[in-house]
Amino acid sequence: MIWETVRLAIQAIFRNTMRSILTVLGIVIGVAAVIAMVTVGQGSSAQVTADVEKLGTNILMLTPGGENRGPSSGGVAKAFTLKDVDAIIDQISSVDTAAPYAQTMTTAVFGAESTSTSLVGTDNRYLDAVDWSVVLGRRFLPSEESSGKSVCILGETVRQTLFGNTSPIGETIRMNALTYEVVGLLEAKGASSFGTDQDDVIGLPMKTFQRRVMGNTDVSMIFVSVRDGLSTERAQVEIEALMRERRRISDGEDDDFNVMDMKQIASMLTGITSILTGLLSAVAAVSLLVGGIGIMNIMLVSVTERTREIGIRLAIGATANQVLMQFLVEAIVLSMIGGLVGIVLGLALAAFASNLMVIPFAPDPAIVALAFLFSAAVGVVFGYFPARRAARLDPIEALRHQ
Amino acid sequence: MPADKNTPVIEFRDVTKVYGQGEAEVHALDGVSLSITTGEFVAIMGPSGSGKSTAMNMVGCLDSPTSGDYLFNGVHVAALDQDQRALLRRNYLGFVFQGFNLLPRTSALDNVELPLIYKGLVGAERRAQALDALGKVGLKGREHHDPSELSGGQQQRVAIARALVGTPQVIVADEPTGNLDTKMSKEIMEVLRDLNKDDGITIVMVTHEEDMAGFADRIIWMVDGRVERTGTPAEILGTRGHRQ
Ligand SMILES: Nc1ncnc2c1ncn2[C@@H]1O[C@H](COP(=O)(O)OP(=O)(O)O)[C@@H](O)[C@H]1O
Ligand SMILES: [Mg+2]
Repeated sequence: MIWETVRLAIQAIFRNTMRSILTVLGIVIGVAAVIAMVTVGQGSSAQVTADVEKLGTNILMLTPGGENRGPSSGGVAKAFTLKDVDAIIDQISSVDTAAPYAQTMTTAVFGAESTSTSLVGTDNRYLDAVDWSVVLGRRFLPSEESSGKSVCILGETVRQTLFGNTSPIGETIRMNALTYEVVGLLEAKGASSFGTDQDDVIGLPMKTFQRRVMGNTDVSMIFVSVRDGLSTERAQVEIEALMRERRRISDGEDDDFNVMDMKQIASMLTGITSILTGLLSAVAAVSLLVGGIGIMNIMLVSVTERTREIGIRLAIGATANQVLMQFLVEAIVLSMIGGLVGIVLGLALAAFASNLMVIPFAPDPAIVALAFLFSAAVGVVFGYFPARRAARLDPIEALRHQ
Repeated sequence: MPADKNTPVIEFRDVTKVYGQGEAEVHALDGVSLSITTGEFVAIMGPSGSGKSTAMNMVGCLDSPTSGDYLFNGVHVAALDQDQRALLRRNYLGFVFQGFNLLPRTSALDNVELPLIYKGLVGAERRAQALDALGKVGLKGREHHDPSELSGGQQQRVAIARALVGTPQVIVADEPTGNLDTKMSKEIMEVLRDLNKDDGITIVMVTHEEDMAGFADRIIWMVDGRVERTGTPAEILGTRGHRQ
């Protein structure tokens, strides 16, 4: 009997194809939007995770600031120093190496060309830690690092802007009225998973950066690479203890810094993506709701239009429940068809966008199933009211209806 | 609900039906008592507004009296709930309306299958019964036509096929020929008469036309919500100078 009802519902839906299409348009758009958002969001999360893991699973990152980064940590947490970097290397045996890192924005000038770019203070150990090689010229010399000489290494984008395809090695660029000799060119890395250009960068020895650019001795981040095969969790605990001691944090007080491994960094970054995905999906879900109201509207119109038909059915022996089921099943079948079309459309959209954004296309069967069930539920909820109205019609009145 | 020879299929006992209240009160039926036995072909006649359709709705268990009793096969219909009445219509009654009332954009066959769907019949059995009914009303070969592709007379035949398909005990027809010309009307009446004579289906029909009423065994003449007279067509129409 239920199959009979479904068959009749499909018949009724195709009897008025145009109206049916308009009815489900809202559902189609809503489901397609949700599916596309979530699929693209998950693809980009997968990409971020893969990117971060490429940095190496043995990398730890130290940043100042408490766990909650709120004002409760008592103002801005103080930065690290180069001495902290040395202490980590000297005192923690499982650490392979550690590198300071600080960053600001600058404008670099060469001849008539100039570019606004990211200026990073660090040293060769950073290049080792993140596995970034110099393809032209050389890295910093130990003497340049220790004395803070005015030398720099360029990223490929900066080189293209200032020098085109010619070699920048040995040339002098200007930043904030100070001059720096270009000694090396970094291998091109391309865009990060967030779309930022990783090659749009100039590197200075840390001491040079501190003295000539910032005028302080701050190290805003420390990258630590743990020896292969040793536990990053243990290194994390040891570094935390060491830094608490060095920063004179008494027992019971919270840390005013973070030690994160790459898994944590990845989850922090994907956290941002999933919040965005969540927000966008919520917006899309609202459009599903609007789609549901659209179904209700058209079903109500349909009930009015088919009043006479309902009268005939009641007269020839349909029970109120059978009429209710007929209209309810019609609404459900309609919204499920809308859901299916929406899923196909959403996946196609996501595949297209993933291709454009160069991220993996990662459809989630659970989300697809959920979207389908949700569209069916929309049919039940918004089909019920019109169906009940149909079932409650008085057959005599309905038959008299023009 | 087996039809006992002595129990009338249809019995009105002092039935009234009042619409509206106070000033606007209309006594559509004003104390009607009548009974119809199995196998009868009855025509209800009378001026417009005399309560014929109201009485037919009651016969068809679509409506119940304001006062008095309506019994179908001896059962008090007023005591039945909505679903029970639906079952009663499904299993014992067939309807033919003045305006045909076929489902639009639905083939003749699908229209005739409709009551069988509610009876729970499926597949080949249902199809066979519907085709058989269409054959009885002379529509073989038109099974897949939409109502819009059929003449008025043909549409009414489809409606009759739909009414007779479950072999009901009673067919209720309210002005079945009201929208048809004389030739088509006669054909429809012949179909109804054959169903009555050959299949023993009780027929209760409203008509304005004396020619059509002439097909009935008995005429019930209503005026102002009351039964004024009842008798054979010769008795009722003959007094007005009409031959049968
Ligand atoms: N639903 C209704 N509401 C109010 N008055 C009605 C209704 N149905 C019928 N009537 C009135 O009842 C009387 C009998 O109507 P009806 O049975 O349709 O007459 P007939 O079919 O003999 O022309 C008429 O006066 C009509 O106006
Ligand atoms: Mg009438």
